[in-house]
Amino acid sequence: MDALMNSLKLPSDKNIRYLLVILAAIMVLMACTSGTTFFSLANLQSMSSQMPLLGVLALAMAVCMLTGGINLSIIATTNACALVMAGIITQHPDSLGMLMVALAAGLATAVVVGLANGLLIAWIGVSPILATLGMMTFINGLNVLISGGSVIAGFPDALLTLGNGTVLGIPMPLLLFALFAFGLWLILEHTPLGRTIYLIGSNETASRFSGINTRRSLIAVYVISSVLCWVAALIMMAKFNSAKAGYGESYLLVAILAAVLGGINPDGGFGRIIGICLALVVLQTLESGLNLLGVSSYLTMALWGGILILFIALQMPTAKK
Amino acid sequence: MPEFLHHTNLKDLWQHHESYLAALIVLLIVALGLGTEDFMTLGNIFDMTVSSAILGIMACGLFVVLIAGGIDISFPATAAIAQYLMASYILANGGNFYLAFEIAAVTGMVLGMLNAALVYFLKVPAIIITIAMLNVYFGLLIYFSNGDWLYGFPDWFMNGVELLKFTGSDGYDYSLNLPILVLLGVIALTALLMGKTRIGRQIYAMGGNSDAAGRIGINLFGLNLFVYGYMGALAGIAAVVQTQITQSVAPNSLMGFELTVLAAVVLGGTSMTGGKGTLLGVVLGVALLAILKNGLTLLGVPSYWHTLVTGLIILFSISITALNEKRQAKQEA
Repeated sequence: MDALMNSLKLPSDKNIRYLLVILAAIMVLMACTSGTTFFSLANLQSMSSQMPLLGVLALAMAVCMLTGGINLSIIATTNACALVMAGIITQHPDSLGMLMVALAAGLATAVVVGLANGLLIAWIGVSPILATLGMMTFINGLNVLISGGSVIAGFPDALLTLGNGTVLGIPMPLLLFALFAFGLWLILEHTPLGRTIYLIGSNETASRFSGINTRRSLIAVYVISSVLCWVAALIMMAKFNSAKAGYGESYLLVAILAAVLGGINPDGGFGRIIGICLALVVLQTLESGLNLLGVSSYLTMALWGGILILFIALQMPTAKK
Repeated sequence: MPEFLHHTNLKDLWQHHESYLAALIVLLIVALGLGTEDFMTLGNIFDMTVSSAILGIMACGLFVVLIAGGIDISFPATAAIAQYLMASYILANGGNFYLAFEIAAVTGMVLGMLNAALVYFLKVPAIIITIAMLNVYFGLLIYFSNGDWLYGFPDWFMNGVELLKFTGSDGYDYSLNLPILVLLGVIALTALLMGKTRIGRQIYAMGGNSDAAGRIGINLFGLNLFVYGYMGALAGIAAVVQTQITQSVAPNSLMGFELTVLAAVVLGGTSMTGGKGTLLGVVLGVALLAILKNGLTLLGVPSYWHTLVTGLIILFSISITALNEKRQAKQEA
């Protein structure tokens, strides 16, 4: 089994090597063009406070993609959690108890959405792309309905610290990301559920006939994905100091892009957390670097897409069956 | 849909997704006809058709791609590029509708074929390639256009095309205008393509089982070029229609539209895994969304309920389809 797992992971290791090469190339380029600004503490801090939001969303996407699924409702879920939490907190901004209640309510929202997605996919048998597309539309509607489409703002400092504070010079969002990335890594690589997730992604039918409760595992996967959206909601609220239906919609496809760039096979079965982390660093250094050079952010958007295509092309020899 | 109509047995009829959709639509039409004064007026029906024309045209293209077993997420960007090139040309040189459609359709087709080549040669799920290309297309378009709007088109473009003009009971003039004519034309063309031609058969075959299709001698690469090229061309055509309706071009106006179109097509019962689905279903899916939106507006339901109801209908519809398929699989087993 171990030998099998190791041989299965080989393609993603190659992927990691490519990512490191691209990263090194960007670093050298930046060192030559704007070294002192790029490697300044301020820029590194700003980079590492921008990356985690996309990072957590990419994790939420990746865990579903590992089973061969996809979760198009991540942004809608994130906004739903943020709106629920914001709605409660702003009632009594100074009460620590209310903050805890809000956090719990946000988490509960995430779990409910995750269960709904999981039930649609695992029990009713809707394909993940459809189930989560429908869920996305439904939650988006719900979000606008409960918030009236308006911005909810005015959060206590305790929450804002999550977005802007630092511990030993490390931005809080990065710590949050690291914590949950590590947690997901533990689940994926060191628990039976993790092994099941990879197996379902490789061959769902075979997994089911070998006695794995694929339904329960799939539901767990979509709940985990939603819980990560709750984390993203925390980071987003703290960053923007507000919540609104429709925030962050451009992140949906970028999260898929980051996950695939990180070596997650969209057909399921392959990919590791470390790859996603590297991919995020690549995307962020590229964005910040080009930004420092005065390149338009739209050109960066095009480059992100281009890098993904280049990346897939580089891996062609192993992908060929 | 000859195959569909041949089922005379009522029980067989209910095996079809289209039947549920049609029943739902009839129910809505009756309810809205009784509940509102304006719904059944000819004027409202024309308005509704115009406002769903772009959705309908793009849905036809995405339908063909899905039947072939692929998916395209990049078509709003393709449309935006086609729109921009077409509009820039007309603003600079004038022209006519034939030229406008030609420029936009060819641009869309070329970009679609580029997608096809990448999907075919890189052997990565089409959704990933086309998401990457969406970023590339949109990023480059907004970079080169600076996000500038284009407006002030020549009179022939602003006035559009109008056949069978008449005055509605509300005093406004209605006619078979450009959006409606193009929508009907595209539906007819797609019906012919998928129902009456060999290419249509081959597209269904490729979507059903691409390996088998390749072995019986179908040119898979050529067919991929055709399918994504068709999607691109229709996206370009829809872009011209949109420009004519809104009388302006905003480079980012179609951003995010891909998922709405996808929702309409899958609502119509087209399978995400290829090979299964009918154009009738797609038309019904688009019609359902259009009637729903129009009906909710006429009933005075605040617009923020619309998305919620749409989401519920999608969830309901795909769940019924999935349960139906499950039951059929059980019966066959």
